[in-house]
Amino acid sequence: MYNFDYEKPSTVADAVAALGDEDAQALGGGQTLIPTLKQRLASPTTLVSLSGISEMQGITDEGGSITIGGATVHADVASNGAIAALSDLAGNIGDPAVRNRGTIGGSLANNDPSACYPSAALGLGATIVTNTREIAADDYFQGMFSTALDEGEIITAVKVPKPEAANYQKFEQPASRFALVGVFVAKTSGGVRVAVTGASEEGVFRWSEAEAALNGNFSADALEGMAPDADGMIADLHGTSAYRAHLVGVMTRRAVAACS
Amino acid sequence: MSQVTMTVNGKTASGDVEGRTLLSQFLRENLKLTGTHVGCDTSQCGACVVHVDGKAVKSCTMLAAEADGATVDTIEGQAEADGSLNTIQQAFQDHHGLQCGFCTPGMVMSTAALLKDNPKPTEAEIRDYLEGNICRCTGYHNIVKSIMAASGQDVGSIAAE
Amino acid sequence: MPKDHGIGASPKRREDVRFLTGEGNYTDDINVNGQAYVHFLRSDVAHGKINGIDTSAAAAMPGVVKIFTGADFEGIGGLPCGWQVTDKHGEPMQEPAHPVLAQGKVRHVGDPIAAVVAESVEQARDAAEAIEVDIEELPAVVDMKAALSEGATKVHDDLTSNLCYDWGFVEEVKPDVDAAFETAAHVTTLELVNQRMVANPMEPRVAIGDYSRGTDEHTLYTTSQNPHVIRLLMGAFVLGIPEHKLRVVAPDVGGGFGTKIFHYAEEAFCTFAAKACNRPVKWTSSRSEAFMSDAHGRDHVTKIELALDADNNFIALRTDTLANMGAYLSTFAPSVPTWLHGTLMAGNYKTPLIHVNVRAVFTNTVPVDAYRGAGRPEATFQLERVVDKAARELGVDPIALRRQNFITEFPYATPVAVEYDTGDYHGTMDALEGLIDRDGFAARRAESEKNGKLRGLGVNCYIEACGIAPSNLVGQLGARAGLYDAATVRVTATGSISVMVGAHSHGQGHETSFPQVVAEMIGIDESQIDIVHGDSSKIPFGMGTYGSRSIAVCGSAMVRATEKIIAKAKKIAAHLLEASDADIELKDGQFSVAGTDKSVAWGDVTLAAYVPHNYPLEDIEPGLEETAFYDPANFTYPSGAYACEVEVDPETGKVTIESFAAADDFGNIINPMIVDGQVHGGIGQGIGQALLENCVYDENGQLMTGSYMDYAMPRADDVPFYAVDHSSQTPCTHNPLGVKGCGEAGAIGSPPSVINAVVDALQSGGHDVTHIDMPASPSRVWAAMNK
Repeated sequence: MYNFDYEKPSTVADAVAALGDEDAQALGGGQTLIPTLKQRLASPTTLVSLSGISEMQGITDEGGSITIGGATVHADVASNGAIAALSDLAGNIGDPAVRNRGTIGGSLANNDPSACYPSAALGLGATIVTNTREIAADDYFQGMFSTALDEGEIITAVKVPKPEAANYQKFEQPASRFALVGVFVAKTSGGVRVAVTGASEEGVFRWSEAEAALNGNFSADALEGMAPDADGMIADLHGTSAYRAHLVGVMTRRAVAACS
Repeated sequence: MSQVTMTVNGKTASGDVEGRTLLSQFLRENLKLTGTHVGCDTSQCGACVVHVDGKAVKSCTMLAAEADGATVDTIEGQAEADGSLNTIQQAFQDHHGLQCGFCTPGMVMSTAALLKDNPKPTEAEIRDYLEGNICRCTGYHNIVKSIMAASGQDVGSIAAE
Repeated sequence: MPKDHGIGASPKRREDVRFLTGEGNYTDDINVNGQAYVHFLRSDVAHGKINGIDTSAAAAMPGVVKIFTGADFEGIGGLPCGWQVTDKHGEPMQEPAHPVLAQGKVRHVGDPIAAVVAESVEQARDAAEAIEVDIEELPAVVDMKAALSEGATKVHDDLTSNLCYDWGFVEEVKPDVDAAFETAAHVTTLELVNQRMVANPMEPRVAIGDYSRGTDEHTLYTTSQNPHVIRLLMGAFVLGIPEHKLRVVAPDVGGGFGTKIFHYAEEAFCTFAAKACNRPVKWTSSRSEAFMSDAHGRDHVTKIELALDADNNFIALRTDTLANMGAYLSTFAPSVPTWLHGTLMAGNYKTPLIHVNVRAVFTNTVPVDAYRGAGRPEATFQLERVVDKAARELGVDPIALRRQNFITEFPYATPVAVEYDTGDYHGTMDALEGLIDRDGFAARRAESEKNGKLRGLGVNCYIEACGIAPSNLVGQLGARAGLYDAATVRVTATGSISVMVGAHSHGQGHETSFPQVVAEMIGIDESQIDIVHGDSSKIPFGMGTYGSRSIAVCGSAMVRATEKIIAKAKKIAAHLLEASDADIELKDGQFSVAGTDKSVAWGDVTLAAYVPHNYPLEDIEPGLEETAFYDPANFTYPSGAYACEVEVDPETGKVTIESFAAADDFGNIINPMIVDGQVHGGIGQGIGQALLENCVYDENGQLMTGSYMDYAMPRADDVPFYAVDHSSQTPCTHNPLGVKGCGEAGAIGSPPSVINAVVDALQSGGHDVTHIDMPASPSRVWAAMNK
């Protein structure tokens, strides 16, 4: 690692101030950032830890929705249970030790194309709350490792509406155990949402054809034989684009089946 | 350099660290607690697992500065006060749950965290929990068996004694 | 009732206490006063010409002690290869130079170009980034067939081609083999890949060089399976240090699996730099660095053909293999695809005619050498796959076909130059069938199918040659070293014993199992005996631990030394008892005169040896310390039969291991608990090879699997509990313990049964799949089902 200064503010305002320096970077749980720094692929002058900001911690249940502090670790989301599918997803990110450090805000800010959380945020129609604004998930994810966040903008919380039914199915890449394909299906008051991670070169996306089919008939049968176009799907050592496209169909059907 | 202070295995420990100093480095280099091992650089192998404020974490993927003020428990603090092996350590010895010993500190610390939350895990729960702890020697057979034994379960019926 | 001590007992491992409490002493735990740290600047291209290296800016960076490049090693020996293979025309293999730091060219991603010694690791790395290297990238050769094609870019300009050797075995019988294929009733052909593997011991490699100007003595602390081998190779061939001025210490080592046998550039560098810098120099590999600097394993591409007569007897076998050597010849690399592979092609079968052809190829990849099993897994995989394929083609039961062709009479001289001393292949197959409930398989398959899954059962046999190795034989075959081992038994005045052994324990539990043997022989408690290993200044010259050789070779040396101790102790006892030494019996630590009640205890005799007041000084020397070197008369031949049951999810291609069973014949067994553990670990690695692990380069020689993010290591949830049985025991006839060795069996024996099971499952689902290459990853299995 290149060296950097470390700061640990206790308020969002102080964190924002510390991130004013253009070479400063926010540190969530560090489970992605620290391995990146070890490879010397980033060289921030200052790391601003968000772990000391109490207002960004914890989960509150507002009845129709829950609000998850941006610095809440995966283990806490996993044990919460207010939205079972979300807790199940969080409980299968990385491994137990990673889940004790990694945060929802960190994951969403990074927007790794194979991460689990983006599919939940998009699938559930969550709202990303930052120090300056609220961003609908549909507007937030802008392609692989790319989001609507501005420089120095911090995810302070994520507001997640409770679905009528939801399920996440993850097919793991055998080495990293990230999602080779992960599909989050949610039946919401506004219709069915199907969000896919791991598969696309554009990062997490909504599979609109599946949503349309499921809005007509919320059953796995409605998706029989369906798969997204393999063009634009990731192809790597662990699977061709055709395989990923196929898996999207399989995982979506399994998620729908698990919803009912 | 800035100073960090933490309670490590029940004792106060302080040291000067850089921003980039990892908790694993602080333990191994500053405190000479070399039982915590580093087996990878992508936060996967789990040889470095310690407990910070009672939670299992990968000490190679946590800055020492982040543990300032925390309570840290490592493999060196696991044995009983008289030096004898604790229940988990004893089960690993009894059931040959280690060979080269390099992953073992992480395995023991992960087991301790598992059993705290789930005192009688099933075989499947154990295997799932060990996702972040890689062992190259044992094929995991005797590790899983050791953990079942440590949780007081009868392992006599497990294949291949 | 199992024994509670001595040979055949399973005492708890004594080394566990330090490992379980964080008190192990691994190489990276060692810090020498005043040490500096080295960072290697490694090539990021697979093949390139170095036009210039400018270290001036780097040398001025904070903390830099000294920067080294290839120029600093001119005139100093390169890394030696320990085995010379002679090709089928009687010519020696092509053997390129292997410099410590690159000279003129880089030949694989990770090839070290320069080394920065600095006050801290990070300062060394900072400075390494400031080194300016002018590299002209050259086309890389990665694929072996392409490397051998006309006009291919040469990895080594001074060699005639990328062909290291073209080895035919046994070349004289090739016409007979070919003729048998002409007349065969059935020929089964299979083309397969035994993929490149990375050994991945959990402890990355570490080297610390230390030098004393006052005494001119060098010390190297290193993560090695064989400190004396490193001392010999590095001292004599690389750095020219007299062996008595060089101490090599391999303390607790966190797994080896072959890749810590070899002498590496980093070891030589740290030893060299410690003197050049006049301070200790430490290198700790990161895992990422390990992927591009530890010798890899396997990487064979093979065509195998099996000829059968009308009664399904195997009449001939023919193979053609390309074996990847990587960019340089690692220490034992040439022997792996030849003498550790070709000699095993008879397997468990009385196939009378066998011809093996192996072409070893240089490519712009990390060197390939022994990885757990080393040649024998490659032999077993192709043989047991082709036999299984033959059974399917002929519509006969795969177990019955194997049984029909088993070797049943021993000793058995194979047509591939080795003689099996003992074995009972029906015995291990019987034991296997006792473990697997074959009759219930149909019901289990039906249950899987009800859940939309395919189920398969695969079996295989294996034979291995281990207990490596008879020196005179391997010398004829090209080994540049002897392969005996040694032990010194040092008895103290009060009767406790230190046994200094040439073997090295890095997970095998020697500290527990070796004392069991000595305790049994003398009849004293194991707690009175300790093993000393891993420090060339303390132990006799021995060749270390690999090739399942420790108990068979070093253990035999220990037995011989202990026999000398007992013989001398009997003479002392005879003197004390005023009897003839021929009449002295040793039992339970008591020397007695046969037929009388006169006896003296072990401790009385040892005390007399060191306080020789009443002692036959005119006949024997005082003291009680003996050394023995043991050179085996033959390899040992463990064998067994393995079975695997899998479930395949046809929608995703994911294979799940439902059960795994292993029946082995290891001859006599010293510690059943440890033996089981060795088998478990080998199976884990074999399942890893069969389903998960794959080291992949792209066409430019870039390593695509450079970390655990892409190289799939087996985890606890990838494997089941294993059923193991070693009740079938045919003791080795030529070593004093009757032992065969167990370290590699699991890794050798397990991959074919997994793949046989996957093919069985897919065929049960109506898929036209006769073979699937390893790893049978979900994407590959799915592709095979949807081709």
